[in-house]
Amino acid sequence: MRYEAPNNTKAAATLLAAEKGKALVLAGGTDLLVRMKAGMLEPDLLVDIKHIEKMRSIAGGNAGFTIGAAVPGVEIGEHKALGKLWPGVVEAAQLIGSDQVQGRCTIVGNLCNASPAADTVPALIAAGAKVVVVGKDKRRTVAVEKVVTGPGSTSLAKAEVIESIKLPKRERSSGDAYLRFIPRTEMDIAVVGAAVNLSLSRGVVKSARVALGAVAPTALLVREAADAIIGTKLDDAALETLATACSAACNPIDDKRGTIHYRTKVAGVLGRRAALIAFDRAGGKR
Amino acid sequence: MSGAHVSTTVNGDAVQFACPNDESLLDSLRNRVGLTGVKEGCGTGDCGACSITLDDRLVCSCLVLGVEANGKQIGTVEGLADGDKLHPLQENFIKHAALQCGICTPGFLVAAKVLLERNPDPSEEEIRYALAGNLCRCTGYDKIVRAVQATAKDLRKKSKKKS
Amino acid sequence: MTDSTSFTNQKFKVIGQRVRRQDGMDKVTGRAKYGADAVAPGQLVGVILRSPHAHAKIKKIDTSKAEKLKGVKAVITSKDLPDHTDGDRDLLSMLENCMARGRALYDGHAVAAIAAVDASTARKALKLIKVDYKVLPHVTDVDAAMQDDAPVIHDWVRTIGVEPAPTKGSNIPMRSEFGHGDVDAGFAKADVIIEKSYKTEQTHQGYIEPHACLASMSPDGSGELWVTTQGHFAYRNWCAQLLGLDMSKLKVTSSEIGGGFGGKTHIWMEPIALALSRKANRPVKVVMSREEVFRASGPTSSTSIDVKIGATKDGRIVAATSECRYQGGAFPGSWAVIGAMTSFACYDLENVKTVGYEVVCNRPKVAAYRAPSAPMASFATESTVDLVAEALGMDPVDFRILNAAKEGTRASYGPTYGPIGIGPTLEAVKKHPHMRAKLKKNQGRGMACGFWFNFGGQTSCTINVAADGTVNLSVGTIDVGGSRSSLSMICAEELGISYNQVRTHIGDTAALAHNDMTDGSRGTFASGMAAIIAARRTKEVLKQRAATAWEIPVEDIEWQDGHAVAIGKKHSKLEPLSLADIAANTENTGGPVAGHNEFVADGAGVSFASHICDVDVDPETGATRVIRYTVIQDAGKAIHPDYVEGQFQGGAAQGIGWALNEEYIYGEDGRLQNPGFLDYRIPVCSDLPFIDTQILEIPNPNHPYGVRGVGETSIVPPLAAVGNAVSNAVGVRMTHVPMSPPRILAALEAEE
Repeated sequence: MRYEAPNNTKAAATLLAAEKGKALVLAGGTDLLVRMKAGMLEPDLLVDIKHIEKMRSIAGGNAGFTIGAAVPGVEIGEHKALGKLWPGVVEAAQLIGSDQVQGRCTIVGNLCNASPAADTVPALIAAGAKVVVVGKDKRRTVAVEKVVTGPGSTSLAKAEVIESIKLPKRERSSGDAYLRFIPRTEMDIAVVGAAVNLSLSRGVVKSARVALGAVAPTALLVREAADAIIGTKLDDAALETLATACSAACNPIDDKRGTIHYRTKVAGVLGRRAALIAFDRAGGKR
Repeated sequence: MSGAHVSTTVNGDAVQFACPNDESLLDSLRNRVGLTGVKEGCGTGDCGACSITLDDRLVCSCLVLGVEANGKQIGTVEGLADGDKLHPLQENFIKHAALQCGICTPGFLVAAKVLLERNPDPSEEEIRYALAGNLCRCTGYDKIVRAVQATAKDLRKKSKKKS
Repeated sequence: MTDSTSFTNQKFKVIGQRVRRQDGMDKVTGRAKYGADAVAPGQLVGVILRSPHAHAKIKKIDTSKAEKLKGVKAVITSKDLPDHTDGDRDLLSMLENCMARGRALYDGHAVAAIAAVDASTARKALKLIKVDYKVLPHVTDVDAAMQDDAPVIHDWVRTIGVEPAPTKGSNIPMRSEFGHGDVDAGFAKADVIIEKSYKTEQTHQGYIEPHACLASMSPDGSGELWVTTQGHFAYRNWCAQLLGLDMSKLKVTSSEIGGGFGGKTHIWMEPIALALSRKANRPVKVVMSREEVFRASGPTSSTSIDVKIGATKDGRIVAATSECRYQGGAFPGSWAVIGAMTSFACYDLENVKTVGYEVVCNRPKVAAYRAPSAPMASFATESTVDLVAEALGMDPVDFRILNAAKEGTRASYGPTYGPIGIGPTLEAVKKHPHMRAKLKKNQGRGMACGFWFNFGGQTSCTINVAADGTVNLSVGTIDVGGSRSSLSMICAEELGISYNQVRTHIGDTAALAHNDMTDGSRGTFASGMAAIIAARRTKEVLKQRAATAWEIPVEDIEWQDGHAVAIGKKHSKLEPLSLADIAANTENTGGPVAGHNEFVADGAGVSFASHICDVDVDPETGATRVIRYTVIQDAGKAIHPDYVEGQFQGGAAQGIGWALNEEYIYGEDGRLQNPGFLDYRIPVCSDLPFIDTQILEIPNPNHPYGVRGVGETSIVPPLAAVGNAVSNAVGVRMTHVPMSPPRILAALEAEE
């Protein structure tokens, strides 16, 4: 296995394109190295993107943030402005693993690992985030929900690398929240994840996006759940409709982390609770 | 497997080693640098026994490649004491019986040190969450949390005296 | 007096102090050497190929490609481990568990092994071994394995303990039965009878240090083994027997041990490492991965238990029965026996009957786990006891106090109790402020009792006095959690010197005679008792040396505060001789001073604990948090209170993990789904509150200081204490451990 650490995105894409065998991007490595150790992955080339300056920083503000693909969770947590405007995205990023894992893990890695249970993916989808994809010859911008196509698979071409994540302009009276269910208080993979992002106008939900994780092969954007609360002050009936819509959207599996029945039920519970937090953060009063 | 020559700094000392590209930093530290205080409990980032600092960030050395350490600053349990003077955390772990078998102790010490540098007055809850990435199977964590609390108090007293 | 082990109620100077542990410095600086930390010149890396099937015939193993890979120095299969067991079926099973012989019996069963120059070569070689399997039907559930249509795992197993003796193979190696009185007559008198069935899932000890060893064998049949173990003498004996070696030619040195809890009382890959080393004629290090530890070491039993308890209106239990079905993994064990023995050990019962069924399954062979088999039996009993109290309208603590065993009670498993602590721990529960603390909505409180036998066994130790009067104690019982310090305290106490003048070491198998393992809570109890006797014998030698130096009769000498003192007016001019004085003069008084003891420590005192637990349950998700926990346990005498508390807290934490989240999850294919710390969920720091402890000291009459073992009892009550708390919080009886969120939610919905 070769190891390369280029200092610009284009060089990274060129290295990936040139490799005849299996070439993979190394960001935080918190998933990749585990799979390599288990013998599940045997790459011929690793391209370490942590030496690419552009990928190492968080830029922007109200008009929109750009988070570099190699920024570790701990730095996302330390970014005050980001946390103020996008608390749901930041709390999702902070939920990944321990402090030790936070020192390495990245949200782009969380996305590209393409686990149905990734914590940041529902939060990013709810936020309406996009990724900047750089290939050998061209760049493109893609909505986060279009990146993962199934467990372990993405829509990225072999020679493409995600350079950054872009969060949209933050409107006034907006709030987001992400909740996940895990059996312990830390260190588990989400059994269910639910993210809600909404904006208010005169105390009424003007726009909303609701996304779920770990309840289907990919994270889901649940329009029916958002429709259930748009135009409401998040009264109990609206919340119940949202919960029902969340549960109805689930297409989970039985596995070591939870049952179909459990995930379906808890998706509604968490959707409702996340909506309440997002509403409160947006300044809403019930 | 092609390999790399790595120049790095471990506990303040310049260190060089050669390793295959797919070797974890944990294995490099243990088998090439000779620092066996860094322990492997799982190899998957779930137990924290291999905790080190990498450029002052807390990480699991099993989730870092040896080759990635090139040009970095590494801190391990072996670097905690200042000569014959133990770090206050080391003192308090002994004093408060915060270890039984001791295999998790190096990881806890490194993680707790990073916590106290960032937050000199953590609540019990903050300590518990900051140390959630370090598994201990002997103590039920009770005396570990107490030792960290005692150290935080000692260090605050000390810094007050200084200022 | 010197060799007496009776309790004497002596006054202590060192015992009971909270001294600094002697191995602390090495363990906080990273200097302590554990199983994987040893290095030998020229050492090879050993790796093991494991079966991916739960049950399969091994038709052929082709190792030729692996052998040809450059850097591979030895490849072994069961052919390289010929049967030296001479008809001893248990030993042969042990060998077969270390490496499959013709059949793989569980997912993870070792099939072949390789020693190579480095890890990547070894891993590459592993992939070159071709194994031709024929997959056979498997069974992993304890109840399913007992059915008539279950695949029979060993056709040589005949159920012991049933009449008439069976003639066919079975998955039930043994039925055992204990009890006394007439349970049918008892139940006939009962006003209330509660009968309930329970299940507990398989858990792992979860020690953070994986199994590791460094083996070095020579072609002449001699060798050395450095290994993380709870009993290096047992490992030496087994490895020598399985490899056909003289025991005395294999020297086993125990490393520092990174947790055991019973899981390091069995051999797994140690004979493989030795066989690889023998074949390669180079040292071989084998370190298990965490996945291997889960798949192929020795977790505890999964169980299925029925309990029936009858009581009269006045609150007396008049009859009790239990049937304990314990899954023991791929080979026969005796785990249900202990479940049946401990089921009702806390209670004073006129009519009681307990039955145990050992059951083999296609899972790894079960090993001991801290008070092995008792927590599950206690879960079933203590849950039912709560139900009976509820049916009678009695307070569960009062009900237990009324029925608790006491001195003179005939235990359900046979013996009659001496002075015991179950009553006092229950009285302490009643008085504890925890019991009066207010609970909020969705919170519940539960309590439960637990029992453990504690063991004694064989011990050999030596005290050596150095020329400056400082002292070394060598023992052969592994120090798992600080026992070296406790033993140094004991030596200091007896010799009348300071704790810092004594240093305890664990001797290797060549340095001491046989020592049983550190299990059964025997470490400090048995080795401590041995050390007391060795120290008293050392004092006798020291007095004799003073007598020789002074040229007076030894009868005129007493040992006081670390000095030989000549008693009587006629000796008034003789200044007392310190230990250092005598040590400096040994050349003229008869040579070096040492004291030995080799014996069987009898009279281990049974121990009891009562735990109180508060939980908070989210009724919408089933999420459960333990918010307060109190352990009250009889220690007999706490040598080092910090480490006694530590044992109480650690056992409680393991029990809480077992109660709430830990379990082996097998797929339909018989493969373990969660062989890692990510999905085998042991409690993390943020899952637990501080765990309050209260040490009671009801002296064990058979130990000079009154010591009882303390290490294990604390894991017995938590399953039921948490279970009772959760049941009280949600209003539904929980009967399946772990009480994971999906199980709690399902129980709540079933109730609706």
